[in-house]
Amino acid sequence: MTALLKTVNLRKHFGDTRACDDLNFVVNRGEFLSLVGSNGAGKTSLVNLISAHLTPDSGQILFEDKDITNATVSERIKAGIARSFQIVNLFDGLSVFDNVALSIFSRDGKTVKIASLADHDEDVRRETFEVLGQFGLRDKSELLAGGLAQGERKLLDVAVAYALRPKLLFLDEPTSGVSSGEKAQIMDTVSSVVRAGMVTAVIIEHDMDVVFRYSDRIVMMHEGRFLADGSPDEIKLNKDVANILLGVPLSS
Amino acid sequence: MMGRMDSPLNRSKARLAVIAALVLLALILLPSFIGVYQTQLLTYGLIAAIAALGFNLLLGYTGLLSFGHSAFFGIGAYSVAFLARYLGIHSMELYILLGLPVSALLSALFGYICVRHTRIFFGILTLALSQVLYSLAYKLFWVTGGSDGLRVPQPTLLGGLFSFTGKDAFVRFVDGYYYYVLAVFAICVVVMWVIVHSPFGKALQAIRDNEVRAAFLGISIRRFRWIAFLISGTFTSLAGILWVPLNGLTTPEVLYWPFSGEIVFTALLGGFRNFTGPIVGGIVFTYLKTYAVATTEYWQLLLGTVLVLLVLLLPTGLVGGLSGLMRKFNAKEKR
Repeated sequence: MTALLKTVNLRKHFGDTRACDDLNFVVNRGEFLSLVGSNGAGKTSLVNLISAHLTPDSGQILFEDKDITNATVSERIKAGIARSFQIVNLFDGLSVFDNVALSIFSRDGKTVKIASLADHDEDVRRETFEVLGQFGLRDKSELLAGGLAQGERKLLDVAVAYALRPKLLFLDEPTSGVSSGEKAQIMDTVSSVVRAGMVTAVIIEHDMDVVFRYSDRIVMMHEGRFLADGSPDEIKLNKDVANILLGVPLSS
Repeated sequence: MMGRMDSPLNRSKARLAVIAALVLLALILLPSFIGVYQTQLLTYGLIAAIAALGFNLLLGYTGLLSFGHSAFFGIGAYSVAFLARYLGIHSMELYILLGLPVSALLSALFGYICVRHTRIFFGILTLALSQVLYSLAYKLFWVTGGSDGLRVPQPTLLGGLFSFTGKDAFVRFVDGYYYYVLAVFAICVVVMWVIVHSPFGKALQAIRDNEVRAAFLGISIRRFRWIAFLISGTFTSLAGILWVPLNGLTTPEVLYWPFSGEIVFTALLGGFRNFTGPIVGGIVFTYLKTYAVATTEYWQLLLGTVLVLLVLLLPTGLVGGLSGLMRKFNAKEKR
């Protein structure tokens, strides 16, 4: 497997709190990777650094072997990095259709079009319905995003990021705040769409059942460092991971 | 799959087009049934609607509340007054053709300064800049006429095809000018409708709803806000350009902050979260203020009370409230 993304000694400290402490993180092309760890372990900070939501104190971020450490959000999106958010981040005043269409317009550099009607762009229209269909939201296309149920909002949040057609997609807790019944449904949909689209995905997730079921590889973080890295079977047998998950302090 | 022509979206567009055509027809026929004064008042209403349309691109579609849109109305008004006074130009088309680039330039400059901030800071910056222009108009009296303002005679229309001198000049001007303003208003409505329904307009609404997410779609937030500011200012300036010939005079009052408040009022009155709200607000506010002034010396108190009641009882404005009622009625019908 070739590396799609690498971080080299990536560091971000907030005062005495070490959110990311000289991390060397590798994401391989085509994998479905889960980033796990207790609250405050530094998972979201790591994703924020990679997606340019935060600026690192030091270190490097390499995407397809190119240094993107100082690249802007737009440049990283153009390079092929997209993300969804822990708290659903949608355009609530726009329709479900427009939420996804806007991603496609932006990706294709069409948001500058001012003299033509958005819904007259047949290519965007077709692709939007295709994406909505993949995420099971086609029937909801005319509803306002603000009027969707929480599970649907989560799916739309991922669909908006997916519509950018990224090479690497970060999903920050895609199943948080939904019922356990909905979790499997959301993850089934997300993982099948992402795998069918051959998109490399990194998810941050607390539910270990979800993590073990859907991941190719799991990386465990603790206090800004990596504690374990391996396949679901390897991670299941890791004592440190079990201790962290059970809330037992580490011996070392 | 549903055919494109039969889709609910297209049916709704067709319905909208029919309603717009009927309203336009009514506005064309109306002067035949009302007097000169009412025609003049309606013209003022259409001009206020153009100003509010421009203002609402910022408030309703971009989520930026400007307290300084009097600046752009005033820039338009004073551009015409300067062209008439210092260059002896008396053609409405030249007022528009020369006034708009000046307005666009100043809107771009003001926008460049203001869109670096949002919320209260944006509002205060727009207010401060409009007050700078007000002070200049007031103090540079040898150029601007100071508090007396500058008079603007009735211009010719359509490249000199219609000129207004002699007996009943004012009455003929009001009649002809109404249709002139109506045509510009119709063009403005179509242009703004296309803008807000374009990919650019959708991006503005995305920025309004969720700036962070919009940035993570690769939308350049500041650039889009700046373009919206530029368009908004230019629209409001066009209203100022159209207003002066009808009023015959411009004074620094059109640059003063209470006038910006009136523009905000029009958007709130009609409802700033829908396209037609500011249009209805502009026309209704013109009548409301005119009749309030004519009825009582405490007209500001009356308008203030209306504003308080509006915010408390009808936060979505007249159009928003009416739409809500119709939705409820339709839901009942379906049951």
